Parts: sequence; structure tokens; C-alpha cells
Amino acid sequence: MNECRKNIPQSNLESLESVLAEYAAIPGSLITILQKTQEIYGYLPKDAVYHIAERVGAAPAEVMGVATFYSQFRLVPIGRYLIQICRGTACHVNGSERVAAAVSEYLGIKSGETTDDGLFTLENVACLGCCSLAPVIMINGEAYGNLTPEKAVSVLENLREKEGAL
Amino acid sequence: MRIVIGEGSCGIAAGASKIRSAIENLLCKGENLSIGTTGCIGMCFLEPIVDIYEGKKLLKRLVKVGEKDAKAIVDAVRTGDFSGVDYITISAEDEQFLEKQTRIALRHCGIIDPTSIEDYCAFGGYGAFEKTIKTMTPEEVIEEIKISGLAGRGGAGFPTWFKWNAAKNSRTEGKKYLICNADEGDPGAFMDRAVIESDPHGLIEGMLIGAYAIGAAEMTVYVRAEYPLAIKHLEEAIKQAKNHNLLGENILGTDFSCEMSIKAGAGAFVCGEETALIESLEGRRGMPRLKPPFPAQSGYMGEPSNINNVETFANVPWIIEKGGAAFAAMGTENSKGTKVFALTGKIKKGGLVEIPMGKTLREVIFEIGGGIREGKKIKAVQLGGPSGGCIPAELLDTVIDYNALAQTGAIMGSGGMVVMDESTCMVGMAKFFLDFTANESCGKCVHCRIGTKRMQEILTRIVKGEGRKGDVELLEELCEAVKEGSLCGLGQTAPNPVLTTIRYFRNEYDAHINEKRCPAKECSALLTYSVDAKKCVGCTLCARKCPAKAISGEIKKPHFINQAICIKCGQCEKSCRFGAISVR
Ligand SMILES: Cc1cc2nc3c(=O)[nH]c(=O)nc-3n(C[C@H](O)[C@H](O)[C@H](O)COP(=O)(O)O)c2cc1C
Ligand code: FES
Repeated sequence: MNECRKNIPQSNLESLESVLAEYAAIPGSLITILQKTQEIYGYLPKDAVYHIAERVGAAPAEVMGVATFYSQFRLVPIGRYLIQICRGTACHVNGSERVAAAVSEYLGIKSGETTDDGLFTLENVACLGCCSLAPVIMINGEAYGNLTPEKAVSVLENLREKEGAL
Repeated sequence: MRIVIGEGSCGIAAGASKIRSAIENLLCKGENLSIGTTGCIGMCFLEPIVDIYEGKKLLKRLVKVGEKDAKAIVDAVRTGDFSGVDYITISAEDEQFLEKQTRIALRHCGIIDPTSIEDYCAFGGYGAFEKTIKTMTPEEVIEEIKISGLAGRGGAGFPTWFKWNAAKNSRTEGKKYLICNADEGDPGAFMDRAVIESDPHGLIEGMLIGAYAIGAAEMTVYVRAEYPLAIKHLEEAIKQAKNHNLLGENILGTDFSCEMSIKAGAGAFVCGEETALIESLEGRRGMPRLKPPFPAQSGYMGEPSNINNVETFANVPWIIEKGGAAFAAMGTENSKGTKVFALTGKIKKGGLVEIPMGKTLREVIFEIGGGIREGKKIKAVQLGGPSGGCIPAELLDTVIDYNALAQTGAIMGSGGMVVMDESTCMVGMAKFFLDFTANESCGKCVHCRIGTKRMQEILTRIVKGEGRKGDVELLEELCEAVKEGSLCGLGQTAPNPVLTTIRYFRNEYDAHINEKRCPAKECSALLTYSVDAKKCVGCTLCARKCPAKAISGEIKKPHFINQAICIKCGQCEKSCRFGAISVR
């Protein structure tokens, strides 16, 4: 195991302590622990995964198995803006495919990737629950509705401008 | 007078929070004007909504409110003269959207303050539960539910009393669990979210009655992680219920004790399936288990468990209060009570609709939903999401009833109702759902894992114009195999969107495969844009708009599209002011 653990960047695992203290002993809490871990780091750092495995008494593979099963968990850090593109049914019927394609082309990344400047991460999600505003994207928790490909790109242009990246 | 702002998820997405701060900023210090909050009234097409109340009486409903309207609203409330807000008052026609509904599960949504147990109690809340534990035996509760005819609203439509009875009789000693399925996986359904966000105590009360009936001392709600506001409201409500001795030890002085907790899901559609949900609750990958044993025998932590959907529970207090017979009086022979639908898609008035079973799809879509946007023609309606099917316009007089809907090849489902018009490609729709299920298949069984993948590949090549003769037959064969060979409902129902579109829209499949043509003009790979030389005045606008520089031509002369470069984005068609671009 030590072999695999070489070359892993070191995260500050201290901040994880309170989470583990609260949940590690409760059976069936692995998902909750991973959710809290992601709240702390924004993603699941590899060394944190090993650390959690040790503390809950599971094989690292088991923890990774759970982490990769659920779409909520990320194994790489995200950009400053998390763009969630709704791929729900109502959004599909109202043209989300074109919006997704335009955003993807504008940023030059696919779903699950982050731009090189670390500004934007793109993620496809199933129904954001704002179907009546379809098609919808959500950026850092704020919903933008009734989009067209052009409107979506201009929202991103504004953000880039704000960040002085243009 | 009170100003009440609709702050459900869709209200907030439409800008409700900005309106709240705009109104709050206008209030003077010490001014005796109260601002309240409420959940989702279900009229999503009119959000943001602001209501003005006098006591419990609704005086005015203001719709599509913007920040700029804050002053007019505050002035109206200060003076009692509403003429200044007439321009944003709901129209008589839009009021019909609610008037034509019968609300049981949604009875409190958008009316009460979801963050206040006092408000819930002022509307008779927890009365049914008190009646239950003080005057009824568990057998009597189950009997009442049996009389009501309530069936599971999570999709399968299994009689609720039967499940409760099995869980009750599974053992008399030891632990049992009552679980609420709030995973709401159908990507186009949002009524469970609305109930939890807008009436969390209604869910708690329904669950408490169920827990008492089956003898469970622990209740858990498994909520989709994408529903943060629902989780927040439910957490608050649980705290309040504990403080009022409605949860915990010796509830309301009886010897009934019950605890309640929340578990957030982590984004996996299959976790809506009850055995996968249990796996996930136990902290593992959410892969379905073989049944039997059924959860009623061995569920969460190996103990007997009963799982019901949010809407199922939301009906329960009403049934106990009004009697099972009142519920059974609504509906058809084998589908009783009401059902909530999330009406979306190309509909004019999208939102939450609760109607008695037995109404027709047409009544819901046209009388309540106002028909199709932009004067287009309805083509089909999709029920049941990835497990359901597309019902064509010719069958819109089908009544909403478990059996009648099943006969069309679709299902009642959990309540997603997505309306499609002539511009929606049905092959594209089938592909959309297969993309979804292929992605969400947990991978446990071969038929589901590989079968959905192969179906997805075939559909992808058809919409790309690479379909082959015999593809439809191949799809049908795969559908049968995946249905037969899958362990859980995900795989067993995944073929439904494909089968129903083949059944009713075979012509669209044939057009894609044989003529390389998309009748709905949606599959971009199959479209050809061309300039009608007779109509083109040579304004050059399209050439300037074209991102691929595929359009050439001299000024004031007809232009020309180079098909080899065209990326079929449709910009030229949209920009042309002379209707000179045609799509085929
Ligand atoms: C793939 C799949 C997804 C499901 N998703 C949900 C869901 O999101 N919500 C739900 O209540 N039931 C869902 N169900 C149905 C549940 O398995 C179960 O039948 C239901 O929660 C039982 O509650 P009810 O009897 O009150 O309907 C799903 C089933 C399958 C096979
Ligand atoms: S389908 Fe996009 S918000 Fe529901």
C-alpha cells in the first residue's frame, strides 16, 4: 500500500478530524463522511481517501468504489466557477443540447473538466428542479434560465471579464 | 397585512431573494409591516410570486414580480389601495390553473410558512397524527389506508396498506425502520422536492402515522443531494417537531417513541430503487439486491423496513383526517385519490398540477396547462421519465389511471409529464433517455449494463444519419432481452422510451434510417440549410453571422452556403429577415 501512496500530494488532514470523530464509528456513514470531506476540500484528495479508509476500517478500494459510484464526488479540484448544465427532460425538450454544446465549445472543455486557467468547471447534471425555466444552467448555485446558446455564452463572457481573463 | 414571498427553489431561481431584499430595503425602521415566506405554489410559469394576505385571507396574488415592483407593492400594502399593483396581479385566466386542481398532497404548498411549525398547526397540522396515536390501533390505521385505496406514488403503484401490513406483521419484537424515498430521480419531476420544501411537517406527519402503523421506532428520509433547500427545511422541521414532543420519547404522552433522521443521496438514479437505496443508506455503492427477501422482511441493517415515496406519505394525514372513503370517492375503479404531476416541456403554463385520477391527459395539458407554446401542435407527452413512455397526441383522451396508462406502453410514473410539440424529434427523445439509463446503470447485470449501451449506440447512429436497415428490429430485440434479463426496475423499464417511440412514431425512425431525414428538424447532422435565391436580397447578414464562414456571396446578390463547411448551427436561419434560408 505504501507504494501506491508515494507521490500523493499532502493535504491538510487535520480539518478532517472533526468529521471523522463524529462519524467514523457509526456504521454506514461512509457517504456522509465523503460528503463532508468534499465540503472541506472541494473534492476528495487522494490522501484523504486513504486516511478515511484507515479510520473507518475499510479497504481504500472500497472507499474509492463508493467515491466513483456517485456522481456527486469529484477526485480533482474544481474551478472557481462550477457550471452545472441541466440535462433533464424538460431542458432537453427546450434545447439544452445546443446550450451545452455552445458552452463546451466556448470553454474548450467537456463535462467533468476544468479550464486550464482554473476558472471554470463544467458538469452535466440531471434536472435542477427549475424545469419551468428550461433550459437552465446553474453557476455556483445561481440558476440562469430560459437560455439560448448565445445567452449562455454571454453569461460566461461576463464572468471572464469580471475575472480579468479576457 | 402581510407580504408573503414564494421562496421555493423555482421562485428563488426566478429571483425571489432579490425581491425580498428590495422590499425589505424600503421598509422604515419600526414599521409594522410583516414579510413572510412560503414554499412553491406550483405556478412556476408565473414566478416570482408575491402574495398579500390579511390573516388567512389572500387579498392579492402578484406574479412575475421584479425588483422594480417592490415600491408599488409596499405602497399598496401601506395604503390598502391596490390599484398600483394591478399591472402585476394574476389574471383571471391564470387563476384557473389552481382552481381546476384538487389539492391533497400539495394542500399546504405555497400557503403555509414551511419554516414554522406553528403555521402548520394553525392549518390543523399534526391533528391527524394525534388522532392516530390517541384513538386508533395500528390495525385501524392500516384499514383506513386500505379503504382509501392509496397506492404508491413513487412509480410502481403498489397498494400502500399491503406494504404496511407486511411490515407490521413481519415481527412483533425488535427494530423496524420506516424510510422515505425522496431521491426523485426522474429528470423532469420535482413534486417531491416541492412537498419537502413547502410542507416538511406534512411529510413528517405522514411518516409518523406510518411508523405508528408498522411499529417502527426509527424513520429516515433519503433525499437527493441536489435538493439543498429541501434538506434545510426538513432539518429545521425535525428540530421543531422534537421540541414539540412530536418526535422522540413518549410522543404526546403516549408510549409511542420515534426518532427521525435525514440522509443525503450522492447522485445516482438507481438509488431510487428501494434495495439500492438501502445499500446506499448503509454507505455502500447503490447496487440493487435480489428480492426476496423483501425489505419488509430484511431491509435497512437487515431489519424489517418499509419504504414509501414522499407524495404517498403526504396523502396520509389527509386520509386519516377525512377518512379513507373520502379519498376513495375520487378517481377511477382501480386508481383512487389524486396524483401530482410536474407539467413541463413545450407547455404554456408549466408547474405542479394535482388532479383527481380519472381526468384525461388532454384536460391536464390543455385546460390546466393552457396548451402548447407559440401556437405549435402537440406531438406527444412523456410520462414516467426514463422508465416511462411517450404517448402520442391521438391518445390524449386516455384517462389518468394506472391500467389505462400502462396499456399505452407508458406508466403513471412518479409524476413527470413532459409535453412535446412538432419540433421534438422522437428518435432523439429515445436516445436522450437511453443516454441517461446507460449512464446510470449500476453495472451489476450484463443485460442492463451492455444492453442499454448497445441500444444507445444504435440510437446514436440513427440520429447521426448512419442508421442501417434492420436497426429498428435490432432495437426491439434488444429491448426484449434487457427487459427480461435485468435484475431491477432500472433495466426492466429502460426499454420503454424506445418501445413506445417505435410503436407510435415508427415513421420517424424510418425517415432517419431510409431517407436520412429528421422530420422534426432537430437532428442537426441530418439538416441541410440552403438559401432561396428568389427571396435572398443579398444583405450579407447571414454571411457575417455564420461562425463557420460557410456563406459567401456578393452584396445585393443571392448568397450561397457551402455544405462542406456548414456546421448546421442554424444561425443563418435565425438571422435572416427575409425568410430566405430553408432547412430540410
Ligand atoms: C430505477 C428506479 C428508480 C426509482 N426512483 C424512485 C424515486 O426517485 N422516488 C421514488 O419514490 N421511487 C422510486 N422508485 C420506486 C421505488 O423502488 C419504490 O417502488 C418506491 O419508493 C416505493 O414507494 P411507494 O410505494 O410509496 O411508491 C424507483 C424505482 C426504480 C426501479
Ligand atoms: S429538466 Fe432542467 S431543470 Fe428540470
